[in-house]
Amino acid sequence: MSLRISTAPHVHSPVTTQRLMLYVLIALLPAAAMGVYAFGFSALLVLGLACVSCVCAEFLWQKIARQPVRVGDLSALVTGLILGLNLPPTAPWWMVVIGSFFAIMIVKQLFGGLGDNFLNPALAARAVLLASWPVHMTHYVTPTFFKAGVDAVATATPLATKGASLMELFLGQIPGTIGEVSKAAILAGLLILLVTGTVRWRIPVILVASVFCWTWVLTGSPDAALMAILSGGVLFGAVFMATDYVTSPITNFAQIVYAFLAGLIIVLIRQYGSYPEGVTYGILLMNIASPLLDRFLPQRIYGYQKEVKKA
Amino acid sequence: MQKKTFRRGIHPLHSAHEGKTSTRNLEIRDYVSDTVIISMAMNIGAPAKPVVKKGDQVLVGQVIGEAQGFMSVPVHASVSGEVLAVEQIPSLGAGPQMAVTIKNDFADNWVELHPLGSVEHVDPAKVIPAIQAAGITGMGGASFPTHVKLTFGNGKTCDTIIVNGAECETHLTADYRLMLENSTRIVDGLRAVMRALNVNNGVIAIEDNKMEAVAAMQKAVQGREGVRVQVMRTKYPQGGEKQLIEAITGRQVPSGGLPIDVHAVVLNVGTCAAIADAVIDGKPLISRITTVTGAVRKPANLRLRIGTITEDIIGECGGYAETPGKIFFGGAMTGMCLPNDQMPIFKSTNGIVVFNEKESKSKDESPCIHCGRCVAACPIGLNPYQIKVAADKSDFEAAKKLHVMDCILCGSCAYMCPSRRWLTPSFKFAKDHIAAEAKAKQAAAKGGEQK
Repeated sequence: MSLRISTAPHVHSPVTTQRLMLYVLIALLPAAAMGVYAFGFSALLVLGLACVSCVCAEFLWQKIARQPVRVGDLSALVTGLILGLNLPPTAPWWMVVIGSFFAIMIVKQLFGGLGDNFLNPALAARAVLLASWPVHMTHYVTPTFFKAGVDAVATATPLATKGASLMELFLGQIPGTIGEVSKAAILAGLLILLVTGTVRWRIPVILVASVFCWTWVLTGSPDAALMAILSGGVLFGAVFMATDYVTSPITNFAQIVYAFLAGLIIVLIRQYGSYPEGVTYGILLMNIASPLLDRFLPQRIYGYQKEVKKA
Repeated sequence: MQKKTFRRGIHPLHSAHEGKTSTRNLEIRDYVSDTVIISMAMNIGAPAKPVVKKGDQVLVGQVIGEAQGFMSVPVHASVSGEVLAVEQIPSLGAGPQMAVTIKNDFADNWVELHPLGSVEHVDPAKVIPAIQAAGITGMGGASFPTHVKLTFGNGKTCDTIIVNGAECETHLTADYRLMLENSTRIVDGLRAVMRALNVNNGVIAIEDNKMEAVAAMQKAVQGREGVRVQVMRTKYPQGGEKQLIEAITGRQVPSGGLPIDVHAVVLNVGTCAAIADAVIDGKPLISRITTVTGAVRKPANLRLRIGTITEDIIGECGGYAETPGKIFFGGAMTGMCLPNDQMPIFKSTNGIVVFNEKESKSKDESPCIHCGRCVAACPIGLNPYQIKVAADKSDFEAAKKLHVMDCILCGSCAYMCPSRRWLTPSFKFAKDHIAAEAKAKQAAAKGGEQK
């Protein structure tokens, strides 16, 4: 008889990395579907190209570096889809490919691959594309919803024009990147993430609340605060990017501080910065700070209680 | 009644009812085998020294191994018959240990017993010596000598005795069945200890997935002085000593300290029943209840003589249902793997679980994604992912700073890890290394003093 010998535990939770990534992909689907519905075939092309490029980049790197190929863990696919959703539907194909390769090869693999990157790959790629090709990256069009006879019209982001109504913002009848267009779809995604236990509520809820409160404080207007959380990438960033495991803190209190400060930075950039790109930099800056937050805000450990309670 | 619990923790095999379905409704039955191999090293501390030799005739309950000092307990023959061998056998975790093999004559002839009588009238001073003489060790799996736990000097006091009926480990139903079928004995054992230590607060803690046991124990404590039942939330590791103490008393056992430092003593339900047997009947610990489950044809809760061989037990349970891939003593969260099925059971063997080949396959580690599931699971509040990095680099100083010594090796983090990282094994490695280092240092310091 040959028996396997191992140390305990002998059972494991059925939730694997691959399954968690699958949950994220499923949670992204409503936003992706609404993006394609709003912007048409070009949006589908951008999303598809980003996904394929990211997976190819990951596969190529792991082959070249002679590492075990871990494309099957779906993490590259998640990066691809998130990056695609962060681009305008009019993004040229070469920009999508460059962004994908930058996300996977430079941001993720050069720093050690899955789990060791200190920035969110999709977000860092977005920041680089934005700095390199600002015109392409901010070439937003009004959603057409496949209506016949309506041409796509280039417009500025509503943050620049302040023209859209709250309902329009919520349902996605405004220009923007593919993923951020429908807030309803993003909230559906959040619900999926929470129900499957993929992310905890603290980061998304506190980040959005922080943006709301700080905008209210700085502008004195609750309407402007509501506008702030429904426009631009706040909701998408809070739900899908600030919650990235690798680049967000772990302990409860550190997560609260992280989300709160990210919200503050977003509002400061939006209110006082020279251009409306708060979400990307707000989250990236807090990504960098998250190992420090984990270090300085640890959980209380059992066995170090000060006084002994009376019976 | 308000249900109590501790912070964090996990729900292992929750959808499969913790793997307890196949045995929870089976009554305890006796099984006595033809040959027993009784290890001399069944307790934490010094092993007993064999005092019989090949060819001797022994009676049930006869001392066959003498305790070696205070941190040791005697070992008794669990069957009557002829001693076939006194030799070394492999052990789990440590090196080879002495063991006595006895051929059962099935006459069941006992040695003369010296009962102390009712637990409410026994001389309190006689209880703890009786516990040591009966060879009782912690029967929940830790096998710490019970009389040592109950003896504390230098001004330490006890105000609460907690009886651990949580049975939070997966697969095991032995304690559950004992609480259902022998509830009075458990209360008797608790009362004996309460009187011995002059404590008037005894709490029997049971998880809320065992409400039948709660009912049985509540009935058994009726009219007994100072004893109550406390329902706990079903959560792993609810039966961990530190977790139980905090849940029930609100006090935390200090890092590196013992329960008595916060005036508490925790005893397993099986230990309590054994104490009652020792006091009321004068019987030493020669049998225990063990859950046999997994890939066996007829899973069972058996009352087994100490030293019964695993192969015989599996045979009694109808044999293997599938090719076994892994067999372990205990539950799936902390169980110890057997090298083969020739291993006899110990005083601490609360379960024998057989996994088929598929269940036994281990997966390779994949990279840590910092999801924080290990941190959210740890009942102590450690950062397992960080300790793992330190331990894998053999950076024991860093591991120590991250409080690896406070780890209770419950396996919660490793269970939850989506990347299947070997967290608990790494921590055990680091803890063993640090403990060995400290011991060597101490020995060196002592040697220096003597010179």
